[in-house]
Amino acid sequence: MSVTGPKLQPTLFELSGPGRAAGRRIPAPPADALDRLPSDSRRAVPAALPEVDEQSLVRHYVNLSQLNWGVDTGFYPLGSCTMKYNPKVNEWAARLPGFAGLHPLAPDETAQGTLELLWELERDLAEISGMDAVTLQPAAGAQGELTGILLVRAYHRARGDLERTEVLIPDSAHGTNPATASMAGFRTVNIASAPDGGVDLEAFRAALGPRTAAIMITNPSTLGLFERHIVELLEMVHAAGALAYMDGANLNAILGRFRPGEAGFDVMHFNVHKTFATPHGGGGPGAGPVGVLAPLIPFLPAPRVLREPDGTFRLERPGERPASIGRMRGHVGNVGILVRAWAYIRAHGADGLREVSDDAVLAANYLRGRLEADGAWEIPFAGPCAHEFIASGTALKRATGVRTLDVAKRLIDKGYHPPTIYFPHTVDEAMLIEPTETERLETLDAFADALLEIAREAHETPELVTSAPHSAPVRRLDEATAARQPNLRWRAATPAERSSAG
Amino acid sequence: MIPSDLHYTKEHEWVRVEGDVATVGITQHAADQLGDIVFVELPEPGKRLEQFATFGVVESVKAVSDLFAPVAGEVLEGNAGLATTPEVVNSDPYGAGWMLRVRLSDPAQVGQLLDPAAYEALTAEG
Amino acid sequence: MVYGPHTPDDRSRMLAALGIGSVDELFEVIPTSVRARPMHLPPGLTELDLMARLRTLAGHNRVDLASFLGAGVYRHHLPPVVDQILLRGEYYTAYTPYQPEISQGTLQTIYEYQSLLAELTGLDVVSASHYDGATATAEAALMTCRATRRERVLVSRGVHPQSRQTLETYFAGANLTFDEVPLIADGPAAGTTDLAALGRLLADPERPIGGVIAAQPNLLGLLEPMAEIGRLAHAAGALFVAVVEPVSLAVLAPPSAYEADIAAGEGQPLGIPPQYGGPYLGILACRDSLIRQIPGRLIGMTSDADGRRAYVMTMRAREQDIRREKAASNICTNQALCALAAAVYVAALGPGGLRDVAATGAARAAELAAALDDAGAPRLHTGPYLNEFAIRVPDAVAVHRRLLHRGILAGIPLAELEPGDASLAEGLLVCATESTTAEEIELFAWALRDELGSRPGVPAGSIGEGSR
Repeated sequence: MSVTGPKLQPTLFELSGPGRAAGRRIPAPPADALDRLPSDSRRAVPAALPEVDEQSLVRHYVNLSQLNWGVDTGFYPLGSCTMKYNPKVNEWAARLPGFAGLHPLAPDETAQGTLELLWELERDLAEISGMDAVTLQPAAGAQGELTGILLVRAYHRARGDLERTEVLIPDSAHGTNPATASMAGFRTVNIASAPDGGVDLEAFRAALGPRTAAIMITNPSTLGLFERHIVELLEMVHAAGALAYMDGANLNAILGRFRPGEAGFDVMHFNVHKTFATPHGGGGPGAGPVGVLAPLIPFLPAPRVLREPDGTFRLERPGERPASIGRMRGHVGNVGILVRAWAYIRAHGADGLREVSDDAVLAANYLRGRLEADGAWEIPFAGPCAHEFIASGTALKRATGVRTLDVAKRLIDKGYHPPTIYFPHTVDEAMLIEPTETERLETLDAFADALLEIAREAHETPELVTSAPHSAPVRRLDEATAARQPNLRWRAATPAERSSAG
Repeated sequence: MIPSDLHYTKEHEWVRVEGDVATVGITQHAADQLGDIVFVELPEPGKRLEQFATFGVVESVKAVSDLFAPVAGEVLEGNAGLATTPEVVNSDPYGAGWMLRVRLSDPAQVGQLLDPAAYEALTAEG
Repeated sequence: MVYGPHTPDDRSRMLAALGIGSVDELFEVIPTSVRARPMHLPPGLTELDLMARLRTLAGHNRVDLASFLGAGVYRHHLPPVVDQILLRGEYYTAYTPYQPEISQGTLQTIYEYQSLLAELTGLDVVSASHYDGATATAEAALMTCRATRRERVLVSRGVHPQSRQTLETYFAGANLTFDEVPLIADGPAAGTTDLAALGRLLADPERPIGGVIAAQPNLLGLLEPMAEIGRLAHAAGALFVAVVEPVSLAVLAPPSAYEADIAAGEGQPLGIPPQYGGPYLGILACRDSLIRQIPGRLIGMTSDADGRRAYVMTMRAREQDIRREKAASNICTNQALCALAAAVYVAALGPGGLRDVAATGAARAAELAAALDDAGAPRLHTGPYLNEFAIRVPDAVAVHRRLLHRGILAGIPLAELEPGDASLAEGLLVCATESTTAEEIELFAWALRDELGSRPGVPAGSIGEGSR
């Protein structure tokens, strides 16, 4: 396969040459440093790692970076992911030597700054969500879900209620919800959504019972809709003796407007890489704190951060809280990410956070209105929407054969990252569009124009759309071969292969 | 398009009965809906299948679907070729893309399946 | 707006386009009874004040002490090139590479990460990353149960207790069970996995074992008889999981050499700062035959429509967004940027540099062991170690505290790490790396000798007084 496009890079292994990485970064060890190790425990053959000089290395990574799209590059309306601006001061903060250099097993008295920050962040998140307590330990939203559902499990078991083996989940939920329920040992009961996109109260009523451990609800939903029947639903769930879990993926829509704990949700997770603008990192790391109402506090993962009467902070000691579900991971959490989240919250305060959601919802409704007015795209659910909305390309596909996948690829040519596509699965040819609060009005207008232009192209020159992208570093990929004959690691060619390849 | 000598399920499996041995696969319609098939998970020989219970999984690039046994019986053989060339389920679903051979435990069950006309009507609904 | 662009005029234009007078109308769908009361948070800070507060908080941490802390998280020299690459917005402000045409940077760098770790572990399949070493270990244990259709694993007590605790949490949810394999209490093999006990646990026909999990080096820094553990596991039909420290793999036999089926490990030593616990990097690798069992993303090389080499997330149908309740794991967001850091770090050092990091750490550790022994604190065990070991100190917890007040983080009291084990009660687990200086070793030894009474006492002051 050729590596001929602009900026396309050979692998590190192909850049390698013997002796090229010979830079002096650290003192050379004594020649006999390893002689005291038994020979059978030592590596017999050196690892075939690449040897690349630093300049070539930097060019490799800089050129590769330019094949990427990030929030720093341009508009990134990836629904349900909240690709908002990542403030640079937060990067500075996380890199302060006092934070970055702290060993996780450092004694409490040497970690007071980080412990205080974590303690404050727990309280800030509790205040934002209306929850009674928060754990910062989960490494990501999905791990927050697992934490939350294990808390539900512990709660019921502590009451001797061992019959609750089911978790009810709407069909529009993120895949992590049912996957989480399975990991926690529960059976998922899928509940179809109502025609208006909201929860189907009657379907929930029929499914709720003595076997229901919890419901998992995303609010606003993955369709970008605030659940209108949330009060009735929560009453129904609690009357059945079950708990209500809120997937906080869409918290960016409701800061200062709806506090899940205050409304009666028992447990929720936060995606700090969404709502609190910590960077997505090309797929991670994130952090997935979990908030709970008081009855679930005894079960929170260990260790928690505690404040002593004298105002100092410490970590819980092993075994200090026997009812805990235990440990979800090593140490206290993705602290470097949590520092950024703290900085984001403290930069905003209550009014600023409410403004975040107000602007996110306003921008989404504005963009939705533009598309609805033009009529080229179906907007299947009545407005207003929350911070994101669904547009469907079903009619376009019927009329032109152009699929939403093609539209997404054509958006790349127009200078945009595509929205989330084919999710939720409950809407055909779905695009889930989330503009966020940090995009200028001009950008929203230009994006709406681009989508309308693509609709025109689909009618006039459909092959232009179905063969897109045309201006990206690479064209569409052979994903079938990638999956059938997986090539997951570089293998240096043997000398024989090299000579036969000429 | 739809072979006339086969029986079908609502979940888009087909079955060909020869004596007390049934050959099972998925239909062209199912393969088209899934797209490029990349992996098929099949049960070991000797496993007992219940009618209409899941017996395996088929994966495409971006979808996954359970496979349902059209008939009850004992697995005689899985199509070993699918491990290396799952794409034949797309290109030749009724031939080289077969999945299982099963010894029928109750040949009368075949009567509960769809005939070609009924299956064609089902897929025509969309 | 703190970070947003909207002016009052912009908002007015958007409201006018929607035909509404106030943004409040967009929230009227929220039932009145559950509308939020005002939040009580400290008022928003200017950037100037925010930075001042952050500096103050960071300043309350003590990262200037002579540190001998390890236990899976190590202080290494960080080549500045690593962070310079991480600060490129094209990497760190991207998300999961769902659109491969404009994500080749993330995709190729993760493919290269997989390739580098495949070289280090000798195992062909490496996941794009897990949360950390503890969760990777738990996922590895779950893999062994899925692959063998057995419901019990054995975990050596030489595996970090936090990893064992995480495994316990994950296993409770999955309704699986595990037993711990004790360490030998005394004799020449003290501190390593008790093979006789392992053999007994594997021999119970009522309790078939899906996987055996052991760490190399182990919690106490000692080298384990991995090949023998693997043989015992395989003879019982179990899979063998090696928990590894990646820098050590530059000099120690890779998991493939001792027939491990799966390797899990904490990737923090590969260019990631300690930052009080995360974000780190969960390393998870397996043999080719287990490819269907490994959770998390995998990046594959393929070609584009013009035949150019290109990369893509592959075998996607195993994952939660497609397989939902039948997925092997719920993992979605991973630690991609940390995998990038690890790849840049390994490439920046090269094979010789990574070997030097491991070997220099081993040399410094030997110097440390000799100095502490001379100060009256001999090693607790006699077996071979790489760069971490336990010393025997009477009243270890109290001495550790007194040394802290002299500006020395004298390792980790094993009584705190493994409270139940009497044989470790007098142990301090200490480590050295290439970053450990001769002066730090000298200071530690001098202060320890003093604490142990072999020198006249010096009054203990507050933390750090008289040090450095």
